[in-house]
Amino acid sequence: MSDTTQASPMKAADGTPLKKSLTRALRRQKLRALALIAPLLIFVLVTFITPIADMLFRSVENQIVHDTLPNTVRALRDWDPASGEAPAEPVFRALSVDLQVATELKQHTRLGTRLNYENPGVSSLFRSSGRGADKIGKDFQDRLAGIDPAWKEGETWAAIFGSDEWLAADAAWAADKSGSQPAFRMREGIDEALPLAAHAFLMFAKDAEGAGKSPATTKPWPVFSDALAQDLESNPNPDPAALPAAEAPLIAAASAAVAGVEPFSYRDAFLAMNKGWGEVGTWETIQAYSSPYTAGYFLNAVDLERSPDGIAVRPPEERIYIKLFARTMWMSLLITVSCLVLGYPVAWLLANLRASTSNLLMILVLLPFWTSLLVRTSAWKVLLQQQGVINDILVWLRLVDDAGRLVMINNQTGTMIAMTHILLPFMILPLYSVMKTVPPTYLRAAKSLGATPWTAFWRVYFPQSIPGIGAGSILVFILAIGYYITPELVGGTEGVFISNRIAFHISSSLNWGLAAALGAILLGVVLLLYYTYDKIVGIDNVKLG
Amino acid sequence: MTIAPDIPKPSLMGFTVPIMAIAGSLLGYVVGTAKGHVPLGVAGGAVAAAMLAVVLAAAVPQRAAGRIGAAAVFAGLGAILGGVAGAVAGILAGLVLSWISYWLSTGAYRVGVPVYATAGEVLWHNAFRVICGLIFFFLIAPIVIVLPLAFNAENFFTFTPKMLALDPDGYSLKHFQDFLSNPDWTRPLKNSFIIAPLATIISVSLGTLAAIGLSQSHVPGRRAIMAILISPMIVPLIISATGMFFFYSKLGIWMEDSLGLSKDFTGYVKVILAHSVLGIPFVIITVTATLVGFDRSLTRAAANMGAGPIRSFFKVQMPLIMPGVISGALFAFITSFDEVVVVLFVGSASQKTLPWQMFTGLREQISPTILAVAAVLVAFSIILLTTVELLRRRSERLRGMSPT
Repeated sequence: MSDTTQASPMKAADGTPLKKSLTRALRRQKLRALALIAPLLIFVLVTFITPIADMLFRSVENQIVHDTLPNTVRALRDWDPASGEAPAEPVFRALSVDLQVATELKQHTRLGTRLNYENPGVSSLFRSSGRGADKIGKDFQDRLAGIDPAWKEGETWAAIFGSDEWLAADAAWAADKSGSQPAFRMREGIDEALPLAAHAFLMFAKDAEGAGKSPATTKPWPVFSDALAQDLESNPNPDPAALPAAEAPLIAAASAAVAGVEPFSYRDAFLAMNKGWGEVGTWETIQAYSSPYTAGYFLNAVDLERSPDGIAVRPPEERIYIKLFARTMWMSLLITVSCLVLGYPVAWLLANLRASTSNLLMILVLLPFWTSLLVRTSAWKVLLQQQGVINDILVWLRLVDDAGRLVMINNQTGTMIAMTHILLPFMILPLYSVMKTVPPTYLRAAKSLGATPWTAFWRVYFPQSIPGIGAGSILVFILAIGYYITPELVGGTEGVFISNRIAFHISSSLNWGLAAALGAILLGVVLLLYYTYDKIVGIDNVKLG
Repeated sequence: MTIAPDIPKPSLMGFTVPIMAIAGSLLGYVVGTAKGHVPLGVAGGAVAAAMLAVVLAAAVPQRAAGRIGAAAVFAGLGAILGGVAGAVAGILAGLVLSWISYWLSTGAYRVGVPVYATAGEVLWHNAFRVICGLIFFFLIAPIVIVLPLAFNAENFFTFTPKMLALDPDGYSLKHFQDFLSNPDWTRPLKNSFIIAPLATIISVSLGTLAAIGLSQSHVPGRRAIMAILISPMIVPLIISATGMFFFYSKLGIWMEDSLGLSKDFTGYVKVILAHSVLGIPFVIITVTATLVGFDRSLTRAAANMGAGPIRSFFKVQMPLIMPGVISGALFAFITSFDEVVVVLFVGSASQKTLPWQMFTGLREQISPTILAVAAVLVAFSIILLTTVELLRRRSERLRGMSPT
């Protein structure tokens, strides 16, 4: 049949080969379809998928130690916790600068809070030492100012560290504050000549710019003096090419003064502030969390911790998350099973009744589905509480006495009952749509071949309804495992789920990293189930109403 | 109700009367507990029900007359025992007992099972229906119970003795008045009606376009795209909410600083955008479901007759998929209208919605106004449900899919 095609390819009406013309048409069709989808896809990707990915990324993110204590982290690299001793002087020198900068930026308490998750007690260490470190800087500042009062002026520092172009632009901007503020540019080579001081000034300049102020006219931080002294001590003759000509004598004078005095012991100063600095554990924590990424939150989320002997299980009284995950899973499973037990007969009845009757009864299933979740939750609260309707009826019927009213709310029972009710329509609807497709003649055929009603149901009907059971169960389980509102309102402390813990860490304890790690695990489970659901049912086959 | 002539009528004394006596004694137990004489109540109930069965089966073959008579007699008994409420309960008891009596004595209980079915099978058949009835009761009762409680004159969450006695003083509209006058409730109500419709419009317009795109025959990566678009329904709300919390707080700051918008306005924009994402899966699902049954040759015919793609979309395709779009819109609306978690995280106090207010009300200072709000919302959901059902039927009719 193909010899004509081989001889000369088929042509479309306009003379192009048919194959090419068809490909082009197909491509146009694909592009049109994508163009229709694109706005929504972009909207969902930007406002939903990326934010969630970004949030989950917080579970491994750990920039805070690295960003707040950059010099300390560098100095700490050579320290070995196995030595059993706190690090030596150089680390404390770097810490002094870092901590003063952090205190000025009000970051030291945040860092303390972060490290406190890993090593309780660190928070107060940072909080108290912030003030002490500031004192060190002030002493150095006073000494420098004693040599030359110019050191007290912001302009002096700006002239040393800012590039000439930036200084000119900044002076012009500061005069009338019109136009946009020039971004700070560091003087070439200064970060090699005076590394610590340059780092401190850079942080200062960024902070001043953020507040819309000129770094040159802002009051300088005391830490500059400390950092400069340290720089000059380790290198008394900084490269003159990197220094501005006007300020070079000033620096030389300071350098001479620093060389003249006995070195200040930072280690002793810090140990005097707080004994915690002498403990190996403190430094171990800082070193362990100094890399920009960490598995610490995930370890925490599964009740593990980093210990001197590697990763270990937390002490029993601190193990809460595995238990909470297990409880969430177990209760979701129980809810799914009770939904199945209650939903199966109803779906069977709906599928086997006359259309008019079943449509009427369907309304009884759909009404709860359409009723606000909070209405249903408040109804259960009204029904289940100790002075509530069910207890009142039981007392009235003398089934329980007034003192022995049943506790059915603020515990697992409350969560179970309310959530089974709330999720039941999600079980009935998929079951119904599958059962509707099973011909009733099969059952009759089985019975006429001699099967008992039970055998006929179990061997013939039930296997055909399994896709419905799968779809409904996975849907209910997925919805149950991530529930927040109902457990929060009727679950008390015993009936809450992992979602409630995540919400607690996001809004109350502010341990976002741990919340993200817990969320990532939960999402992983849900996505796995979602994938299974997609394989079994296909997402396009989800039916509503 | 027609009964096949070959269904044997059961024996009156051996079947109907004993069962009726059991039903009556259960009823009598309830009355007995209320009055404090349990044994007397059980015995009296059993005797009354048995007598009713005998009288109805032997002397009153006319169903309607029998049932009205039974209701009247029991209403009288109830009135003597418990006043107005007793009379109402008596009418109900009479209607139920007379129904059971006829159902048993005429053999109607065997309708629906084959004639050859054994007694056990008949029992199971009816027991199964009773079980299903109880499950339906479990589904509906919590929602229905809220309605009378909303009219409670006291600030209680349960029935007061006055309410049970059907005393008009036990009922009042004060919780509804509070709902409609207290700014703690009117403001959230207004917010809900600002946020939900706008979020719906966004999700419906984008969702319908995308659903039409997805239903074309050649879409690269269709499965993956579908999975992404459905994901807001699957991802646990708390995770969506926290993700959006960080994203929208950044976006809000940007809008306030760079665009100079007021804090209030950006707050609404944030919540509306967040809610519209949550509504999208529902629109996609319902509209794609409608498009599955859409006859593609109709658009081709339109094109053949000279209509451009836009014209054929609005004149041919749109009217046919409209029911799907509207029910998707209702789903999106109710999703936003009923949403708490995301608005708790993304919104600020000035965007407080009705569910948010209910949530805080239920968690902190539980006020009976919540029940009035709940009653209003139940009425609202009944309206929505009716609309969706009507639309579904209309859609099926339009597409000629089912004769109902």
